[in-house]
Amino acid sequence: MAVVSQEAQVRRAATMQLSFNRIVLWVVGLGVAVLVVWRIAGTAAQGLYGPDVWLMQTLNGLVQGSMYALVALGYTMVYGILLMINFAHGEIFMIGAMSGYFVLNGFHQSGFLATNPVPALLITFLVGMGVPPIVGVLLERIAYRPLRRAPRLVPLICAIGASFFLQQAVRLLFGIRTKVYPTVAVLSGAWTVSVGEREVRIQHMSVLIIVITIILMVALYLLVRKTKIGKAMRAVAEDKEAAALMGIDVDRVIMVTFAIGAILAGAAGVMWGLWYKQVIHTVGFIPGIKAFTSAVLGGIGNIPGAMMGGLFLGLVEAIAPTALDISTQLKDVISFGLLVIVLIFRPSGILGEVLTGKKA
Amino acid sequence: MALLEVDNIHTYYGNIHALKGISIIVDKGEIVTLVGANGAGKSTTLNTICGILKPRHGEIRLNGESLNALKPHEIVAKGISQAPEGRRIFSRLTVMENLEMGAYTRSDRHGIAQDLERVFSIFPRLKERARQVGGTLSGGEQQMLAIARALMARPRVLLLDEPSMGLAPILVQEIFSIIREINQQGTTILLVEQNVNMALQIAQRGYVLETGRVVLHGSAKELRENPQVRVAYLGETQPQAR
Repeated sequence: MAVVSQEAQVRRAATMQLSFNRIVLWVVGLGVAVLVVWRIAGTAAQGLYGPDVWLMQTLNGLVQGSMYALVALGYTMVYGILLMINFAHGEIFMIGAMSGYFVLNGFHQSGFLATNPVPALLITFLVGMGVPPIVGVLLERIAYRPLRRAPRLVPLICAIGASFFLQQAVRLLFGIRTKVYPTVAVLSGAWTVSVGEREVRIQHMSVLIIVITIILMVALYLLVRKTKIGKAMRAVAEDKEAAALMGIDVDRVIMVTFAIGAILAGAAGVMWGLWYKQVIHTVGFIPGIKAFTSAVLGGIGNIPGAMMGGLFLGLVEAIAPTALDISTQLKDVISFGLLVIVLIFRPSGILGEVLTGKKA
Repeated sequence: MALLEVDNIHTYYGNIHALKGISIIVDKGEIVTLVGANGAGKSTTLNTICGILKPRHGEIRLNGESLNALKPHEIVAKGISQAPEGRRIFSRLTVMENLEMGAYTRSDRHGIAQDLERVFSIFPRLKERARQVGGTLSGGEQQMLAIARALMARPRVLLLDEPSMGLAPILVQEIFSIIREINQQGTTILLVEQNVNMALQIAQRGYVLETGRVVLHGSAKELRENPQVRVAYLGETQPQAR
């Protein structure tokens, strides 16, 4: 009898502890929410910024978010199939940016960019999207495939190692000098839109980036939904053994998944170079982590989730510092703070399904 | 020459010796059943035939051609497909997409369309639900989908692993009559079952497995009448000495 009541006491203490933790969590969450609302209300009441600023920031957010989303898709697709975070994916993005630089810079030096800007840009994108999948597929073949049956921490650590390897390899091959994308004359113009009494400049470059992103996303959606290889990708993501029993070459599907993720990351890399101009061997690190954050925000393993998560994170980063009236240098704090909040209150992400034991 | 020959295979799970020299022959047009208790090695045998597991010794041949060196997806292309234990349909793919996955190794559009017609005539319920995702089907419908999906490969040998598992008795009857119908349309079937009674009713021949060995084999009629089988698998009590 005594034993039973003692057990019950321990259990009650444990549940009390648990609910106490939850209360603390909610109080902190509520505190953050109140703070955010208060700051936004303050900014709004002061009327510091007109609609032109908001429109500008939204546009910047969409551009930044497009790049995050494209990189996030690679994280989420590989996770969906292998339940592994490919931490070298940021470096794949960097290799896209670098490849694009060498092509575009070559065209710039030779004068081809000035005379034929459209084909020059097209070829830049094609090479920027063509080199990363080669690296991505080799990475999978050499570093990840032999570890497929290993405990899940092992490929993860290997991915971090691969990330350093790729960074340093690019540094050794191409030097530590920052590479500067040449200015593309056709893209440096802007449309001017008047908002109220003010004017907003909509850069041609930002429109190009958003349009290419939309095209790539639609193409990916059609590929995954409608094509045989896309359906096989979904089948493999759900049950590799059953897929093999249907005659699906699982290794090949995994390879294709890495390649597609790398193509999208490569496109984002070229966009990054065109938009921010400067690329260096470490350029993939922060965008890589931000894109990973986007994938988690949207629900990792979920393709529309990664698209949404990327755009959402880009928008938050662009708009939140203005809305909260704080320094834009704090945008990283905001995005990673957001990640923490989402992981606490909705660990499966915005669009994610509740993870089953197998996937978690 | 038999269509499928399993010749003295030994399969291991790590160090566990799961199959200790299994030999099975399946002739064209037959239904052959593997029966036995849990852990006897029935599913292990099927998975070794499919290439999911590799035998350490012994050989598996289809039409005299060794399958040992082939990967699972290559074995499907050779003409062996399986409706695995627990159905394992793709729950997030539609019924139609599941069936397309079954025909993954094929590229003859016309033949695939024909086979789609055929499985829809065998399983009209799947046609009604073609646009639904697999996860929304009932257990019986999922089993039908698993069999239909395996048929879409137009296999020379169809492997069925516990098709009656977890189904209501009336559905078990339905599934078994469908299996017989599929066989009568010309598909050779290797059937693994715990429902020994039903299995021996539709099969021509059977093998009884115990702890990784074939302990008995013969025609279904012989096995049905075998006193050991009657006691161990058909729920009959020991004949009383009078």
